[in-house]
Parts: sequence; structure tokens; C-alpha cells
Amino acid sequence: MTAPVENLTAPTSPGPIVWIRRNLFNNWYNSILSLLTLFIGYFVVTAIFNWVFNIADWRPVVNFPILYLVGQFPRDQLWRVFLSTAMVSLLMGMSWGIWGKLVRPFALSVGAFFGILALLPVQSEILSPANRALLFLNLFLVLGGFALRRFEVLRGRYIAIGWIVAGLLIVLVILPGFRGSAFLPEISTTLWGGLLVTLLLAGGGITLSIPIAIFLALGRRSSLPVVKGFCVVFIETVRGVPLITILFMFSVIIQLFLPVESRLDRLFRALIGMTLFSAAYTAENLRGGLQAVALGQIEAAKAVGMNNVLITGLIVMPQAIRAVIPALVGQFISLFKDTTLVLILGINELLGIGKAIINSDPEFIRLQAEVYIFMAGVYWILSSIMSYSSRQLEAALGVGER
Amino acid sequence: MSDPIIICRDVHKWFDDFHALRGINMEIDRGEVIVIFGPSGSGKSTFIRTINRLEEHQRGQIIVDNIELTHDVRNIAAIRSEIGMVFQSFNLFPHLTVRQNITLAPIWVKKIPKEEADEIAMKLLIRVGCPEQADKFPAQLSGGQQQRVAITRALAMEPKIMLFDEPTSALDPEMIKEVLDVMISLANSGMTMLVITHEMGFARAVADRMFFFDEGLVVESGTPDEIFEHPKEDRTKLFLSQILTH
Ligand SMILES: Nc1ncnc2c1ncn2[C@@H]1O[C@H](COP(=O)(O)OP(=O)(O)OP(=O)(O)O)[C@@H](O)[C@H]1O
Ligand SMILES: [Mg+2]
Repeated sequence: MTAPVENLTAPTSPGPIVWIRRNLFNNWYNSILSLLTLFIGYFVVTAIFNWVFNIADWRPVVNFPILYLVGQFPRDQLWRVFLSTAMVSLLMGMSWGIWGKLVRPFALSVGAFFGILALLPVQSEILSPANRALLFLNLFLVLGGFALRRFEVLRGRYIAIGWIVAGLLIVLVILPGFRGSAFLPEISTTLWGGLLVTLLLAGGGITLSIPIAIFLALGRRSSLPVVKGFCVVFIETVRGVPLITILFMFSVIIQLFLPVESRLDRLFRALIGMTLFSAAYTAENLRGGLQAVALGQIEAAKAVGMNNVLITGLIVMPQAIRAVIPALVGQFISLFKDTTLVLILGINELLGIGKAIINSDPEFIRLQAEVYIFMAGVYWILSSIMSYSSRQLEAALGVGER
Repeated sequence: MSDPIIICRDVHKWFDDFHALRGINMEIDRGEVIVIFGPSGSGKSTFIRTINRLEEHQRGQIIVDNIELTHDVRNIAAIRSEIGMVFQSFNLFPHLTVRQNITLAPIWVKKIPKEEADEIAMKLLIRVGCPEQADKFPAQLSGGQQQRVAITRALAMEPKIMLFDEPTSALDPEMIKEVLDVMISLANSGMTMLVITHEMGFARAVADRMFFFDEGLVVESGTPDEIFEHPKEDRTKLFLSQILTH
């Protein structure tokens, strides 16, 4: 009853000056360290600024925006890329509307990416006002897709189907086209390049590897010796070999065994290699998750009459996957960066384009640093988005955790 | 004679060399409430788990609602769909909401339309007294609420028999009553129940018969009155004196 009344109000947070004094200058050695850090930081930052804005020559980066984006994709057929990105943007927006903050970082980055691209202050005949408008359209499609969430008809199931259909359409119809078709003339994958190929390889590899990994992880626990043996040998072999070897194997050796007329497309071979490589690692991660599912869960599911297929699909797998999401995202980020290895197969993904540009002009050879720093930035930003999204995902899924 | 819903004849179970059930005989009529009690390790859980085949018996015969438990998968599925089970540690599915926990099996096993399953779930949740928890995840509920949801999940399959394996022994004292109340009202509604419990108040209130297990055998059985007032076996007396005094 004698508690002082002024204690009832929450203490106000101290101002910045107080905070600095308390945390950075609370004793003499901390003060010296703080000053030193400030000093070094100042010189590093000014040096970087000076280099970026005064010394660096960004011509090999800013002069070729379309090369970095799509490689040598025929310029008169660029509408097919625009159509593909439009589909992705719309689906991103709708997914954001349905799944909320799980997808938001992806959706916003897609929107921001096209928005920035549309306003890029570089000269290029391809970046005409009309094309810039098309790019800008993607931003509206993301936001418009999000706005569609008001209509109750949109269900997660339809959007998932939409993604699958759109993915297949883009990869099998819109981009490659058909031989002899006037409307969609064939475009050889040797002309595809840049960020387009990087994203196709990473996205395709990750998406395709998940179902394969699920079968491998389950197969490894199978009671059938043949199935189990196959899965163990496959997983352990792939994990025991560097990705580069697998890529070589698929690009060179497999071709030797196939008759000439049925040889596979180079990009497709790289995709298979990356998919199988990723599947083996994903399967091992998943196996850890499967082991973490409590036995009582399976008993409870049996007790309500569920069969093994239902138990695996509805009880065990969902819990196993959510237990290993952080590990999976880490692995997908490395796969994304590993797409640079397809360079050795002569596929011009983002890094390949960078190298090609450096080699295209003797003057650019001394500008390698600019190109590589630019590309490091691109990979860094994309990887950061992935890990940021995974933290959102973990937080959102944590609701149901014990 | 009447028409027993569960018949066990000379049921034996070994874990490797360990003889966990050493010849259990039991006939349970429709609507009977059976309480099974006995010291730890006496085979109580093992026994009720053989009834819905979570454990496989190796000798003897178990017949549930005129279907004999054999290796035939269809038999096992048919029998499991008639038996609900409630576990000591609840075993709710942590990745699903309360409503999804309850409707999962009706939708996927019984192929009931989702809307109908939701309706059944809400009715049952009202009956066990937690309809407002429908959209929460198990981790957000108290132990007593989780166990009531687990009972609801079992009831949603409209079982003819309910098995309870120490349903209240993982609960704090203040939550035991809310779960026992649900079980009592279930017993009064005519459900056939096999309950492993040491809640003797519950046994006195609703049990038709009690079975005392020790070392894989039924040592003594009888009505609560016979067991509490005139136990015949020394082991029963000793065990009852131990659990009733603390
Ligand atoms: N999966 C198993 N493998 C080996 N032994 C087991 C297994 N399950 C149970 N047992 C053994 O069988 C015996 C009976 O176990 P059971 O769980 O049926 O006892 P209980 O009467 O339910 O005891 P409690 O009151 O502790 O739950 C115990 O000695 C136990 O160690
Ligand atoms: Mg037990």
C-alpha cells in the first residue's frame, strides 16, 4: 500500500546521447575502442564511396543491362520473357495475399526488382519507354495479385496449381518455343543466359529436388532391401562427389551413351545434375527430421485408423519438413550460388555473362573488379532475401510448435 | 449369456525374452466401463494396446465386435476404426489446429465432407467444454484442454469402444477433474470404456468392473464394491493400501 506512485509509469527509454555515453563511453578502454572503431570506419566508408562514385568505371555493368538479365535471348522475342515475368509477378502477388508474410519478402522483392529495373538510369535501346512500362507493369501485377485476396474464391490449392501450370508453360512452351512455329519460333537454350538462367536453374533445381528428396528419404527408411539399398547408394554416392563432377558427368559422359538424335539439351542436363545433387542433400536433411518425429504421433495416427500413406503424408512429413526448414534453406542458398558452376559447361548464367563482357573488350579487362563486385552484390542480395524469408517462415510455423 | 464386444482368451505377449502378458482372459459387454489398475510394469498399457493392435499379441485370441485380430491389414483397419484411444501424453498433432486435429481422420479415413466434419467437431468440442479453442494450436492449450481435445479427436470417429491409458496422470491436480468429468459423462452415455487409471474416485463412480494387473496377469477382478471393500488377494490389498493412503 505504500508503493510509490511514480513507479507505476513505465520508465522512458533514455535519449541517444545517454545511450551512447552508457554503452560506448562507459570507461576509458571502451572509449578508446569506440573512437578507434569510429576512426577506421570513417576511412573505410569514405574510401569505398570514393571508389564507387569517383574511381570505378561502371561501363561494363551499366552498358549491358539486357545481357545480364537474359543473355542473348533474341531481342525481338523479349516479349516472351515479359510474359513469363508477368505470370510470376501475378502469382507472387496472389500468393502473398493468401499466405501472407511467408511470401511477402519474395513478392515485395520481385515487385521492387522490376520497379527498379523500369527506372534504371541507363541508356539502352531495349529499355525504351514502352518496355520500361512493361517492366513497371510487373510491380502493379504483384500489388494487383495481392489485392485479389478480397475475393474469397482464391484458395491456396488453386494458386499452387497455378504455379505448377505457369512453371511448366514458361519452361516448356513460352521460352523454348517450337521449331517452325511463326508465333513462337524455337529459341535454342544456348541463347538463354544471365539472371534468367541462374533463376531457372536454381528455382528448377530446388523445386524438382524436393519431391525426389522425399522419396529418397522415405526409401532410405523402407523395409524393402532393394529400395533401401538403392536410396542409400544414391545418396551416399552423390554426397561423396563434388557438384562439378556431377555436372561434368551429366554434360559429357551421359551424352556419350545416348544416340545422337536423342541427346539432351545442355541446359536441361545441367538442371538434372543440380536437381539430383540437391535431392541427395535434401534427403539427408529430411531423414534427420523424420527421426525427430515422436513415436507417439504415429501411434495416435494409427489409433484414429490412418494407414501408412496417410500417416506419412499428413503427420510425419509435415512435421519432419518444418523441423528441417532452416537446414533446407541454408542448402538451397548454397545451391543458388552453386549455379555459377554451370559456367564450365559453357552455359552463360549470370557469372558467365560477366566474364563474357569482360572478355569482349580489351578496355574492360582492367575493369574486372567492377563486374565481380556488381555480381557479388546481386548474389548477396538474392541470398539475403532467401534467408530473411526463411526466418519469417520459421517464425510463422513456430505457432504450432511444442 | 450376453453379447460381449471384446473377448480376450489366453493373450500372451513377449518383448524379446520378456514375457509381458502371461495369459489374459477378459470378456467385456457393450456399454461396460472397465478400470484396469496395478503396479508399474505390470502390463496394463501393453494389454490395452493389443486391443487396437498398437502391440501385436503372439498367442491367444482377441475378438473385437466379432472381428478377430489377425495379420490381415483390413481387419486391423476395421477394428481400429471402431476403437478410440486416449494417451497419457495426449499426442495431439502439433502442426494442426484443434479443429484440424479432430477432423483429419473423419475427412481422410471416413471420407466425410469437410463441412460436415467441422460441424461434428464443433458439436463435440461444445460437449467437452472447449469450443472457443477450435482454431488454436495444441501448444497454446493447457494440459487439461489438450486431453479433452484428444478425447474429442477419438470421439469424432464415432468409436464403439474407448481406450484410456492413464489419461490424467500427466496433468496438474486442478486439471484432472475437468478431464474426469468428460470421461464420466461419456461413461454415462453408454460408451464401452477400458480405462487404466489410479483415480479411485472415478472407479467408484462409474466402473462396472475393475481388473487388478500384476506381472502380466489379472490377479483379481470384480465390481468396485468387491475390490474396495472385500479384496480377496493379498497383493490387491497391499497395492490398494499403498495408493489409497497417499
Ligand atoms: N516396446 C517394448 N519393448 C520392450 N519391453 C517393453 C516394451 N513395452 C513395454 N515393455 C515392458 O513390458 C512391461 C509392461 O509394460 P507396460 O507399459 O505394459 O506396463 P504398465 O503396467 O503400463 O506400467 P506403467 O504403469 O508404468 O505404465 C514392462 O516391464 C516394460 O518394461
Ligand atoms: Mg502404462
